[in-house]
Amino acid sequence: MSETNSIPSAVISEKNTLIIDGRMVTIGSERNLLELIRSAGINMPTFCYHSDLSVYGACRLCIVELQGRGIVTSCTTAPEPGMVVSVNTAELRRIRRITVELLLASHDVNCPTCAKSSSCRLLDLVARLGVSTVRYRSRAAKQPIDTSSLSLVRDPNKCVLCGDCVRVCQEMQGIGALDFAYRGSKVQVLPAFGQGIGEVECVNCGQCSAICPTGALTVKSDIDRVWQALHDPSKVVAVQIAPAVRVGIGEAFGLAAGETHIGQIAAALRQMGASYIYDTAFAADLTVLEEGTEFLKRFRLGERLPQFTSCCPAWVKLAEQRYPDMLENLSSCRSPQQMFGSLIKQELAKETGRSSDDIFILSIMPCTAKKFEAARPEFSTGGRPDVDAVITTQELARMIREACLDFTSLEPDSLDMPFGFKSGAGILFGASGGVAEAVLRFAGEITAKRWLNPAEFHRVRGLEDTREACIDLGGVNLSVAVVNGLAAAQRLVDDVRAGRKRYDLIEAMACPGGCICGAGQPSMEGNAVRVARQQGIYRLDTMLQMHKSQENPYLQQLYKNVLQEPGSHIAHELLHTHYRPRRRTGAHEIDFDTGEEQSEGAAVHIEVCVGTNCHIKGSHDLLHNLIDHIDKNSAGHLVDVSPTFCYEACDRGPTVKFNDEILEKCTFEEIAGRLDRELEQLASREATEVGKIRDES
Amino acid sequence: MNEILDSFNNDPYRLIAILQSVQEEYRYLPEPVLSYIATNLGLPRARVFGVATFYAHFSLQPKGKYVVRICDGTACHVNRSQSLLDLMDERFKLNDNKPTTDDMLFTLEKVSCLGACGLAPVVVINDRVYGQVNVDKLGAVLDEILEDEERRR
Amino acid sequence: MAVVDITEIAERAKQRLSGLSYRVLVCAGTGCIAGGSGAVYDEFLRLTGAAPGIAEVALVGDMCGNGVSAVDADNPTGEPMQVKAGLGVGADGVVSRTGCHGLCQKGPLVTLQPLARGAEEILFCHVTADDVAEIIDTSLHSGGVVERLLYRTPDNGHTFRNSRDIPFYARQKRISLVDCGHVDPESIEEYIARGGYAAARRAITQMTPAQICDEITASGLRGRGGAGYPTGIKWQATLAVEDQVKYIVCNGDEGDPGAFMDRSIMEGDPHRVLEGAVIAAYATGASRGYFYIRSEYPLALQRMHRAIDDARGAGILGKALFDSRFDFDCEVVEGAGAFVCGEETALLASIEGQRGMPRAKPPFPAQKGLFGKPTLVNNVETLATVRHIVERGASEFRKHGTTQSPGTKTFALTGRVLNTGLIEVPLGTTLHEIVFAIGGGIPDGRAFKAVQIGGPSGGCLGVEHLEMPLDFENLSRMGAMVGSGGIVVLDDTTCIVEVARFFMQFTQQESCGKCVLCREGTKQMFALLQDIVDGRSQPGDIELLEETAKAVKAASLCGLGKTAPNPVLSTLKLFRSEYQAHIDRRYCPAGVCSALKTYTIDPSLCKGCSRCMKNCPAEAIEGEKRAAHSIDVTKCTKCGICASLCKFNAISAV
Repeated sequence: MSETNSIPSAVISEKNTLIIDGRMVTIGSERNLLELIRSAGINMPTFCYHSDLSVYGACRLCIVELQGRGIVTSCTTAPEPGMVVSVNTAELRRIRRITVELLLASHDVNCPTCAKSSSCRLLDLVARLGVSTVRYRSRAAKQPIDTSSLSLVRDPNKCVLCGDCVRVCQEMQGIGALDFAYRGSKVQVLPAFGQGIGEVECVNCGQCSAICPTGALTVKSDIDRVWQALHDPSKVVAVQIAPAVRVGIGEAFGLAAGETHIGQIAAALRQMGASYIYDTAFAADLTVLEEGTEFLKRFRLGERLPQFTSCCPAWVKLAEQRYPDMLENLSSCRSPQQMFGSLIKQELAKETGRSSDDIFILSIMPCTAKKFEAARPEFSTGGRPDVDAVITTQELARMIREACLDFTSLEPDSLDMPFGFKSGAGILFGASGGVAEAVLRFAGEITAKRWLNPAEFHRVRGLEDTREACIDLGGVNLSVAVVNGLAAAQRLVDDVRAGRKRYDLIEAMACPGGCICGAGQPSMEGNAVRVARQQGIYRLDTMLQMHKSQENPYLQQLYKNVLQEPGSHIAHELLHTHYRPRRRTGAHEIDFDTGEEQSEGAAVHIEVCVGTNCHIKGSHDLLHNLIDHIDKNSAGHLVDVSPTFCYEACDRGPTVKFNDEILEKCTFEEIAGRLDRELEQLASREATEVGKIRDES
Repeated sequence: MNEILDSFNNDPYRLIAILQSVQEEYRYLPEPVLSYIATNLGLPRARVFGVATFYAHFSLQPKGKYVVRICDGTACHVNRSQSLLDLMDERFKLNDNKPTTDDMLFTLEKVSCLGACGLAPVVVINDRVYGQVNVDKLGAVLDEILEDEERRR
Repeated sequence: MAVVDITEIAERAKQRLSGLSYRVLVCAGTGCIAGGSGAVYDEFLRLTGAAPGIAEVALVGDMCGNGVSAVDADNPTGEPMQVKAGLGVGADGVVSRTGCHGLCQKGPLVTLQPLARGAEEILFCHVTADDVAEIIDTSLHSGGVVERLLYRTPDNGHTFRNSRDIPFYARQKRISLVDCGHVDPESIEEYIARGGYAAARRAITQMTPAQICDEITASGLRGRGGAGYPTGIKWQATLAVEDQVKYIVCNGDEGDPGAFMDRSIMEGDPHRVLEGAVIAAYATGASRGYFYIRSEYPLALQRMHRAIDDARGAGILGKALFDSRFDFDCEVVEGAGAFVCGEETALLASIEGQRGMPRAKPPFPAQKGLFGKPTLVNNVETLATVRHIVERGASEFRKHGTTQSPGTKTFALTGRVLNTGLIEVPLGTTLHEIVFAIGGGIPDGRAFKAVQIGGPSGGCLGVEHLEMPLDFENLSRMGAMVGSGGIVVLDDTTCIVEVARFFMQFTQQESCGKCVLCREGTKQMFALLQDIVDGRSQPGDIELLEETAKAVKAASLCGLGKTAPNPVLSTLKLFRSEYQAHIDRRYCPAGVCSALKTYTIDPSLCKGCSRCMKNCPAEAIEGEKRAAHSIDVTKCTKCGICASLCKFNAISAV
């Protein structure tokens, strides 16, 4: 290569090095120049580079000057021995400043009131790069803010079009609810057809808002509703705190990642006016018993396997949208949050002697999808939701600040009993693999018919997106898979459906690393925080006296007094649920206009569903054969056939609407037979009518 | 619809060609049709929407009976194609923001270059090319269309 | 599959035309079709059919011929269209359709091409169906000339019978356009009869891929689509990558407003492009090709489709070409209207069914291209040049052009110039030669101001550059670009700021919107330029414009962004004072920017007819009937209606 001529000879002798701003740096396993520059201690700015996602190269902030090649983005450049790289030149600095200035010019700069202001990367860059004025005149017309989702708010006026959300939704979650639309200066990130994010296939995992560098995607705040309840003397506010919250909240107050602060959370909540402070981990213990019992039954009978966990509402929504025929494989257990809601509302009403309407259940969750889950109609009793409000770890931190509490100096307080008591197994739910491990600690002991060391199941721990383990339980082999990230989950399910893989139990979580990295947690960058939080969870498990859900004495008491036994009728009523297929298209009914002339005088109207699932089940062929059949009988003028979308009976497809009747699991023969009969009747009716007219005349 | 998808083997790589064929059939790309295509090709709907809105050739709105494409390429621009755009705005209130008349008779499209620069300014109405068009000439052609439509009514 | 027997085809064509004295070539380029050449063609067919034995009538794609050179009577060509039309072949001549002559503004064009010795070639301009009978009577039957239809120079009215002598053609050198306007683009036989596919056959049967790459490298051919990257090096790089599957993509997404070279070649001589692709595929080891063509070019699409089908039918595409072990086939992909798809990585994304968003290079398409496979991307004109190089050798090619930029280049000459159309000249030809000698200078006695070359990626050259030889180096040094070769001539009635604004409006719409600098930068530059022409600018805008332009040029992701500031930077360099005048004095020296005009009524000319007053939408004109009127400048919206209505030229804008 010609460039080598210009490199000082001292460099060439060093085989695996390059020069960054005059310093010699050794090339390690870095995938690109950007990573190398960062590992050399230079905090290179970027919006659009994330090590977990594909390289995009659009924000132009990580530009460097490469001797012989000019200005390039370091994220898209592979480090090569002998390169001479400049990071800090007058021109590069000028370009970075202009870039940020350009972004600011079309940005809605209401920074002080923006939900992201404390973690906004654009704001950070403005300060770091010394952008002191915006010389461009502001011209952008304001776009409406999308508040259609229960979990997320999308403000296009703050979008810098880095595409992080698009890639995280597509690559990590395999959903693709967001994508770029339009072109040039009109380009936008939008859900399909510009619909609301709450109206499309979004599963509310919120990873887009977590990765969004600005306030374009934020978590919908329920803080005001919570304050209202706390200040309302007629309400008894009972709080549940999810396991992951306690290892995350400290970061919001500058404390080390992974430290546990459950005591401070309890103290803060009490000061803010909460009456009862409980632990979602208690409900997690409950889940272990219910779900474990359910699993053991299925495992014994060899039916509805693999059993999928159902704690993660994002995963559940995905399953409802994409795998309606596999919904029976999901555990029928509600998530711990919802078990807690229905159970505690009832129990507290009994205990306090008040109407359950006065009990306000508040969830503190690491998760944005929990907001959606709490609002699902099946999780309400007498028209009121079992869980009244869900706020994220970040929202709690904001409330603590608003209440003028100094979190770090709060005297730790204890949780209330009995629902504040938990085993280590319940805590494990916070990390990926935790549900599987907790269930194994219960089910394994039953299957093996002996005491098992809880440490036996550590094999399901880890950070990879898919992990599998074959566990020998006294001669019985149990095949377990743990998957986090919905893209990986879909790959796994596809493998299972195709028969390439076989498991008995599958734990599926939407967020990478599990709930500890939920989108409601304080913003994080890099793997170190993830590991620290995970270690925090495991440490808590070790430190608690009990490690198995079945050992939780308050739980045993609850079964004795209320629930009878796992899987009982009352347990089913309070703790289990059912799923329904969900179409992934928009909220409104769709007219499928074939563009052909509609036969006006048609006597028979047939609509064949061509939605995803019906299509898989052969509705496409059915439709074609039907059209052929009608053509053959020259009945085109009498029958109006059209394709349509989803009757929401996807598991019983193909679905056909015959006149006003919706038929399920249809075959062509069935429909054709029915049509022939209908046409015969029509013909005979016509004949009689003609006869009648003749008679009359 | 299914014939089109079949003819491209439901291949997501052929998305653009599929959209072109579908648009030829429907004259625009209705939302449910795009959803249907997405489902069949196994693509997220937002992706199909993104592709459909990226290319100028695709329209998500129904087009009028007469599509008036005014070339605003360099040569046409230098030869005052703007006056033709102004005419469309004056007579039919058609512009970038409102491309189609309410009666669905005319759709205005500004195109970047039709490659017929020697004839600038160029206007194409449906498939008919008009060269060296000025305001009077375009006005006359539009009048003719209107009269024609009137007669047919 | 049977190998095409070139000799046999030539013989067949000769037989068919023997005894005829003329071929009537009717131009079927987009321009002439718009002018009604279809009706002319039909009329010829009707009349020659009624009176057989005169001529063969043909419609030709883009008649860009350097004057239709007298055809070698021993090597006549073309499948007569009458066969398709169900008419008998005339005994004295044939009517064919051809591609564009290049002189679109004179269309419809009809050429009488002599088949027999002694007959003379004649070019007729502005032919209508009504003229056909006269042409047949006067010229075909009696050997005379219809004087009124001859080419007339716009300046002095001098007439020419033979297109070769017309200055527009006489100074050109045609390599890729050599047969445009001479062959029926829809006849593979005719292409073969004129020596087509012999180069491909020779390359495939007698040369190794490396030899061909070397030959192309030696020729110094540089990509005709934009930045001028050496074609041979690109081929070698693709050949060097080992992979079972490689692709070749012909970039026919000619989106520059003001450029139509590629369209004309594809419409006028599609087989020449295809042959280039076949040779390129063999030389790089590609087994499949894609012709990506803009949807705005229906005729080019149709003709490329036809060419590929015919070539496949003739065994020139498919398995074991020319009895070798080389397989190659290709297909046409229709673009969907996005300028940025001219950028090669965006083009590949588009073929893959995605948004046409470019990605960073490296990896180059040669390493990782279409569907992740090594891919050679070449422009239409580049491929159209390949046959010539393989046929005649690198040294012959190097006889034209300059050392650094050998060969010829086609340009689309348009704008404020007398002769507009397609031209092909050796690289290194001066701007003066192109604008004045070939283009015939500026019409209406106006003064030359600048040329805009290379479209939205290119820049402006002014009077001081008239003597500069046009080649890749000089242009890029001037902040312009050969681009795909659009030359738009601007005269002193053109406002340079308005031109820059026009291009920036184009790029901010056509930017893919991916990278910040290009998306936001072009948006803000456009807004600044709009403010300047609308009289809303502020001091410091020029500096901000310049700083933004430099950043966008230096650090955008792809070629579109890196070149988008060229129209601004080059005009700022040449015409800074004109910008300054707009901002400092709110004055447009060219008198174009309406917002900067002040309308006044000359009282000595005003008759007080009140016409202006009645029609002023802003009610800014006042005055008594039959007395001089005046304009209230505070109310005037500068729409210019009054000036256009005044019968006494009393209203003027300054």
